[in-house]
Amino acid sequence: MAETGHLKDPEAERRRFTARAITLFLLALLGIFVLVGRMIQLQVVDYQKYSTRSDDNRIQMQPLAPPRGLIFDRHGELLADNRPVFTLELVSEQVGDLERVVEDLSSLVAITERDMEAFRKRIERPRRPFEPVPLKYVLTEEEIASLALNRFRLPGVVVEAQLVRHYPYGESVAHAVGSVRRVSEEDLERLDPVNYSATQFVGKLAVERFYERSLHGEVGYQQVEIDARGRVREVLAVQPAVAGQNLTLELDARLQLAAQRALGERRGAVVAIEPSTGGILALVSHPGYDPNLFVTGMTSDEYRALTTAREKPLFNRALNGRYAPGSTFKPVVGLAGIALGVTTWERTIHDTGAFRLPGQRRAYRDWSWKKGNSGGQGIVNLHRAIYRSSNTYFFDLASRMNINDFTGFVAQFGYGSNTALDLADASAGLLPTPTWKRGAKGEPWYPGDNVNMGIGQGDLLVTPLQLATAASIIANRGVFKRPRMLLSSDRPLLESDPPPDPPDVTGVGPEDWERMVDAMEDVVHRGNLGYQQSGTAWAYIGQNAPYRIAGKSGTSQVVGIAQGEEYDEKLLGEYQRKHAWFIAFAPADAPRIALAVLVENGGGGSSVAAPVAREVLDAYLLPQVAAR
Amino acid sequence: MNNRDFVRSLPKGQGLYIRQLNLIHLDPLMVFVLLAIMAFGLVVLFSALEGNIEVFRGQVLRLAGAIAVLVLAAQLEPRFYLRWSPVVYALGIVLLGAVLVVGVSAKGATRWLDLPGLPRFQPSEAMKIAVPLVVAWYLNDRPLPPRLTHLLVALAIIAVPAVLIAIQPDLGTAILVAGAGLAVIVLSGVYWRWILLALAAAAAAAPALWMNMREYQKDRVLTLFDAERDPLGAGWNIIQSTTAIGSGGVFGKGLFQGTQSHLEFLPESQTDFIIAVVAEELGLVGVVFLLVLYLVLLARALYMATEARHTFGRLVVGSLALTFFVYVFVNIAMVSGLLPVVGVPLPLVSYGGTAAITLMASFGIMMSIHTHRGW
Repeated sequence: MAETGHLKDPEAERRRFTARAITLFLLALLGIFVLVGRMIQLQVVDYQKYSTRSDDNRIQMQPLAPPRGLIFDRHGELLADNRPVFTLELVSEQVGDLERVVEDLSSLVAITERDMEAFRKRIERPRRPFEPVPLKYVLTEEEIASLALNRFRLPGVVVEAQLVRHYPYGESVAHAVGSVRRVSEEDLERLDPVNYSATQFVGKLAVERFYERSLHGEVGYQQVEIDARGRVREVLAVQPAVAGQNLTLELDARLQLAAQRALGERRGAVVAIEPSTGGILALVSHPGYDPNLFVTGMTSDEYRALTTAREKPLFNRALNGRYAPGSTFKPVVGLAGIALGVTTWERTIHDTGAFRLPGQRRAYRDWSWKKGNSGGQGIVNLHRAIYRSSNTYFFDLASRMNINDFTGFVAQFGYGSNTALDLADASAGLLPTPTWKRGAKGEPWYPGDNVNMGIGQGDLLVTPLQLATAASIIANRGVFKRPRMLLSSDRPLLESDPPPDPPDVTGVGPEDWERMVDAMEDVVHRGNLGYQQSGTAWAYIGQNAPYRIAGKSGTSQVVGIAQGEEYDEKLLGEYQRKHAWFIAFAPADAPRIALAVLVENGGGGSSVAAPVAREVLDAYLLPQVAAR
Repeated sequence: MNNRDFVRSLPKGQGLYIRQLNLIHLDPLMVFVLLAIMAFGLVVLFSALEGNIEVFRGQVLRLAGAIAVLVLAAQLEPRFYLRWSPVVYALGIVLLGAVLVVGVSAKGATRWLDLPGLPRFQPSEAMKIAVPLVVAWYLNDRPLPPRLTHLLVALAIIAVPAVLIAIQPDLGTAILVAGAGLAVIVLSGVYWRWILLALAAAAAAAPALWMNMREYQKDRVLTLFDAERDPLGAGWNIIQSTTAIGSGGVFGKGLFQGTQSHLEFLPESQTDFIIAVVAEELGLVGVVFLLVLYLVLLARALYMATEARHTFGRLVVGSLALTFFVYVFVNIAMVSGLLPVVGVPLPLVSYGGTAAITLMASFGIMMSIHTHRGW
């Protein structure tokens, strides 16, 4: 290298270098101080914060879902249990090429478009690294087996097991037991967030809903040490979950199935009650739905089909269907007449087939009225008015009762209120009063309203459960036993103390009860006596009954029939036809079962609903008769 | 105190032993501190590896190899380095060019060269030494402090490899390579006012630099200011490393007891983020101990630089020492959240062979310059 102009001065260079080196060393020292300062800030000043954060990282309280209480029928048949279902989950950090793995999996597991769509949404959501993302719920046994076989070449593919509700009887008990649904955002606002932190399903209807607190149990915890991939390295402490209470219901699964069979394909409801206890033996609403679908999931098409079907399978007719009771109301009207002193058993009227209020021209006609046939039943007393179901008699009787006394008496049978012990979602029906009418319709109460109510028409609405309750009260000769689903539980339940039974029906003497029961027995058993002499239901169910049945048919109008018009089924659409009712209890002297049967748009109560009732009674009583 | 004085001051028996070290051109104090740092690093690495003996043994062998490189580098005379540095530099430029054309890509960057008959290597690594050497070579005969023209030539010498590395892209290494060259310039006595001017210019150019940065690089810078903006993504590393450091406290959770590292919350716990393991398991005490070792090493190296007999030696020893210290500072500052995350390992502690070999070679060169008293 040639010198370039200036001469080098080695000694000056050396001094200058040393100065530079010292300066830079001091700068480095400053750097060290900065680092140490930073360490002190992290390790001393903010030690608590980072120590906590480090523990939060690794120590996790994992809630443990309590197993839901089981539900049994009165004979110990399992109506709702829990069974494991298996979910296919992916750890996207471990699977590598996600698209390829999913494609690979779809040859082993049926993955629908909908599964994929939901999976894509879930995987977009923020989550911890290595947190598994569900791809498909409810794997079949074959799918689990083929996944296990192929596990070695499917890293990051996890099969997770969890216990979910299962209803072995499926559709048959859906409306009686209710069902659970996936916990929704709304539910979370209502539920205890701590106790439900691990819970995926919550009871939504009927028993599952009413006894939710007891059935749910108490959440447990395990304190675990996890690594960054969310894998549990060590369980540090466990507080086990407390399983929900097992419940035994009054329900009799065999009777439930018999009632379902008896209804067949027809839309309707059957509610059967044990009069001595109020225990609900059967509660059928047809069509039903498979409650398991709400647990294991269904496609949106399936769900839409359920919710929009014209026959409304999700609708619980037994608890929430509100219908005019029609003639099944007459025994209560008759008892009201007796109790209020408006009539006696001896008093007769001449039934000409039509009734007119004083000073009015409108004719209230008998059910048997046809053009060219007055339908009059001749001389009728209360007894005959029951077994022949004379409309004219009850038009007359009702028209002479003070409406407030009348509704006051009727209310004792549970009309207009939900008296069930543990079916909070049952409807109260509608017992119209002048006050109600003024408020709801803005109209005064007319004498004609009395008349219509006398035969269970007008604004009066009842549910099958309410009619079964009324039948049970008559069977009990006035003793009101609150209808109930629960028979017993292992331990006292969390739900509030049961309210006492409502007061018994007052104003009706023992003899009056017996005479009303006699009249209702004649509805079924009085027969072979010729035109207009047999009970209305005798021809259909009374001819071979091995035990005494007290019953009452009813037929409730769906569409109004104009004055002078004839009801002609053929002219009406299916959904405009009359509803068929039958209430009954048996054996008449010592009733063990009382029931109400509704066949929607079925037609005549005696011809359509009574045979259903008979089949249910047979199913319950014949084995007992045979056993004796 | 120069080396001979140091040896003389030792007790007799030890003095003999040390004298022998001196004969093979090794600086006893520096060797001792280097071995101490490596031993400390191996203990921490053993913990971070969670008993993976195979990997641990591999690292021990690599360090042994690095020590061999140090010994070898110390035997070569300073004259050799002076003569060959431009050649190595030129070769390095050619290889860096080759990387851009036929290099091997990994993780979106082309950094490796896979030549037949050679193990796969990063030419940029060699430039960490070649650049300061060649700048020192260039300034060796020039009057110091350098005149502007010389300064500009030196800067160009630095810029060429730095730019070639930056477009791989490997911004971290580019900055370190440039830093090593700039260290020579600073040590050469360039006027402080020029340095300050350059710093001001750099600050003014920052927005332009920002505009040209890639998304992931911007992410890293933004994360520095607010790690919580993406706690599971870009922020994850820094959140977990500060948590590891902070939760260590003054005395640490104990060796092998670190939860952040052993439960895999801390990423790169064996490589770039190993200081967090030190901080978590050995606490502030462990970190300060390690920093003191590094500081002793720096002090010794700078002292050796002032002892050098010629400009080339002074500049080379001083710049290599400063470069080494910059690695330490950048790595710890990055892991503790003071600087954006760049790929700089902690010297002699992080797992990995390449960086250790480069470093030990540079210490070998320092010792060579220090122990060969003539040319």
